[in-house]
Amino acid sequence: MSDASIDLRGVMCPINFVKTKLKLEAMNPGEILEVILDSGDPIQNVPKSIKEEGHKIVEVKKEGDFFRLKVQRS
Amino acid sequence: MTDHFIEDKTTKVTVAVDGTGAQKVDFNDLKSGGFIKQRQKDLFTVRLRCPGGRLSTEKLVEISKVAHKYSKKGVVHFSFRQSLEILYVDYKEFSNIVAELEKIGQKVASCGPRVRVPTACGGCEYNPNGLTDTQKMADMVDKTFFGTPTPHKFKTSFSGCPIDCARTKEMDMGFQGVVDPKWEEEPCTGCTICAEACKEDAIASDPDTGKPIFDPMKCIFCGDCIRACPTEAWRPKRYGHIVRIGGKHGRHPMEAVEVCHFLPDEKVADAIKMTIDWYNANGKRGERIGNALKRVGLENYLKHMEPVFQNTAKAGA
Repeated sequence: MSDASIDLRGVMCPINFVKTKLKLEAMNPGEILEVILDSGDPIQNVPKSIKEEGHKIVEVKKEGDFFRLKVQRS
Repeated sequence: MTDHFIEDKTTKVTVAVDGTGAQKVDFNDLKSGGFIKQRQKDLFTVRLRCPGGRLSTEKLVEISKVAHKYSKKGVVHFSFRQSLEILYVDYKEFSNIVAELEKIGQKVASCGPRVRVPTACGGCEYNPNGLTDTQKMADMVDKTFFGTPTPHKFKTSFSGCPIDCARTKEMDMGFQGVVDPKWEEEPCTGCTICAEACKEDAIASDPDTGKPIFDPMKCIFCGDCIRACPTEAWRPKRYGHIVRIGGKHGRHPMEAVEVCHFLPDEKVADAIKMTIDWYNANGKRGERIGNALKRVGLENYLKHMEPVFQNTAKAGA
């Protein structure tokens, strides 16, 4: 269950993080955003940055070459 | 910077300062005071003392005014060790420029055989990768050790993480931030992000549970796993500095050797003091500590450092 979703497959760092951040900022506190990220650089960097912004990663699922994250807006 | 100046024997001149009479200026003393001779007759570079390359904007504005007034060409240069240098300053104006800099709390740096101004990256204060407060450490080292005489120059630097922007491997003594990661099973959800985040292949994911299998021998203690973990299953166990000794660049570069893992902040001053003691007791005049270590032996140095370096080994070492 999520309130919004953003598919960032094929989007490079740090644009993927900026897009996630903007999306989260348009949401209400407590709402859940689903983020789809490529493995490699994106999954190495984006979760760190999401955490540093104070949001919470509540679920992570690996699906083949990509990851499906659920992020709770702070 | 060449050291040809130190060998110049005919350097005493008499200079009238402020029209208040004559004052002897010993050019041999100048370099120790951060005045470096330029190609141009009578003109010198004045090197300022900026530990860690950090300046308040307030001070920077004031320095700009002084530089604008005294640089005959109206230029400054960022030195390779992060300090600001005012170029094209006439030696007859040394007393004036020093007095004006003093008024704004800006000291002049030094060259020659002594402890130099430490360099540092941004550190953990604002850099997301930073593990140690490199700026605070650089400031402490500058206040405590700057100008201490040694057999040859003694350069220190602080990097906040294993990316090592401050090039600790090229320093006489370098300190690089590290964090020891600790994993707890209970909060771990087996999401595998840590294994993805680890750039050193030190974490593999269990094929069934997704939980991490950690290889401490591959870990370089960067903390990426801790930062990436969504559930705080990876946490910092301890922070510290890898200490590297005997590096240098120049004509014959040498890579520093790691002599300590996880030296805590509060032992850094002791480690530097003890190292300077060893260097002054064992180094020959004009010999960098790296060469002294090669000649005397690393074991001799490590034995001397034992009281400071004990209990600082890395896991698995």
